[in-house]
Amino acid sequence: MAYRWKNDLTHADVTPKGLFLNRRQIIAGLGAGAILGATGTRAMAQEALKPNSYEEITTYNNYYEFGTGKDDPARYADALTTAPWSVTIDGLVDNPGEFSMEDILARMTIEERIYRFRCVEAWSMVVPWNGFELSDLLNMAGVQSSAKYVAFETALRPDEMPGVAYRVLDWPYVEGLRLDEAMHPLTIMATGIYDKPIPNQNGAPLRLVVPWKYGFKSIKSIVRITLTDTQPGTSWNKAGPNEYGFYSNVNPTVDHPRWSQATERRVGGGLFAGREPTLMFNGYEEVANLYTGMDLAENF
Amino acid sequence: MDFVTPINSAARRVPIWPLYILCALPPFWFLYQGLTGGLGVEPIKALEHRLGELALQFLVAGLAITPLRRHLGVNLIRFRRMVGLAAFYYVALHLLVWLVLDVQILGQIWADILKRPYITVGMAGFVLLLPLAVTSNAWSIRKLGPKWRQLHKLVYPAVLLGALHFVMLVKGFQIEPLLYMGAILMLLALRFKPARRRQFV
Repeated sequence: MAYRWKNDLTHADVTPKGLFLNRRQIIAGLGAGAILGATGTRAMAQEALKPNSYEEITTYNNYYEFGTGKDDPARYADALTTAPWSVTIDGLVDNPGEFSMEDILARMTIEERIYRFRCVEAWSMVVPWNGFELSDLLNMAGVQSSAKYVAFETALRPDEMPGVAYRVLDWPYVEGLRLDEAMHPLTIMATGIYDKPIPNQNGAPLRLVVPWKYGFKSIKSIVRITLTDTQPGTSWNKAGPNEYGFYSNVNPTVDHPRWSQATERRVGGGLFAGREPTLMFNGYEEVANLYTGMDLAENF
Repeated sequence: MDFVTPINSAARRVPIWPLYILCALPPFWFLYQGLTGGLGVEPIKALEHRLGELALQFLVAGLAITPLRRHLGVNLIRFRRMVGLAAFYYVALHLLVWLVLDVQILGQIWADILKRPYITVGMAGFVLLLPLAVTSNAWSIRKLGPKWRQLHKLVYPAVLLGALHFVMLVKGFQIEPLLYMGAILMLLALRFKPARRRQFV
């Protein structure tokens, strides 16, 4: 269902389209306090947020299929063919099949979501995504009652992806969510940024965005979605099980073994940008009830 | 080995002090780039990585000088102090950027040095280089006599720690830091190999 989560303020509210690409003074409030009830975190969540510029969002990326440098994706991702594109939805669904991008887009309602984005490497951005709720897509396929998890897979195209020549990770890139995380209204499939089609380096034509988890959970250029009853494997967890957990919720109190997660640096602040405190669930405290009774240090 | 003689005679003619200036300049250019957007949208990390990588490259170059002379007869020994001091300069600036621009928070700096193995390793490498930089002058060489040579063997563990620091900090399986480590291990191993021909022919 579209429009279940509401941006407190969007560009559309404050700026005519066409102006906002260069506009740096956009102030966007975050948080669903208005519809989910005021909580103690509301003041924090409503802190003024300025989305990063289009240039920042599209030139500083982790997409190891195109290389491990931050500028490699912007340099090499052009080679990825994104049309035609189709996504296979299979596993524990009533209507499995291969769905073309056109088919999917025709049935989904695209809306804007301005989200914080927190990388596991302790940098962050604010991104005005365009997309639809993952739950809408899953409902289209008809999730069976035995399904408990959702597995995702990125395209693997050695001819178009120079980075996969190196076994930095076990290709193809795979990710996964628990079904309730996948069905949460905050979880979206992004198809655009700043009302433009999503650039290849950001995961065209279709990527996941789970704003309360570290960025690597938000898998790019998805070709397969599989509903399962067992917890699926995830790429970074397989590469470093003690460093990257299945959940990977943003959590300032659980450090990465090699660096602190207590603070982050917002990209775009220049050479003298300070660090700011990282927020629990990246500021999206409304997801806390998904993890009631779970030890989040153990299930990192 | 016809190529050795022209290299050696050319090397003898190169004045050294301009090389000090040349090696000292790039960080100022990087800083300017960082201020004007030339290092991308996250200039702090870019600056940190560039300085760290150059430090490793100077350390590798410094390690190569002795094997080059012993095994190929190429004599670049008069550049060794300059190369070593340049390496120290880049290590120190790399550390400075990490302290002042990257972490900034004093409490977290100490916590990181003690708690994060790759930072502990990097710091240890820096500390080992300190006495070497301080004694890189004719007066110290005279004063310390044979002990100077012993002291400066500290560069071997320091370089290994530097490479290990790089190996430990990358995510996933990456080739580049392993190439540095491989080159360093090879250059160190060459020191145990007897010279193939008489020196100073």
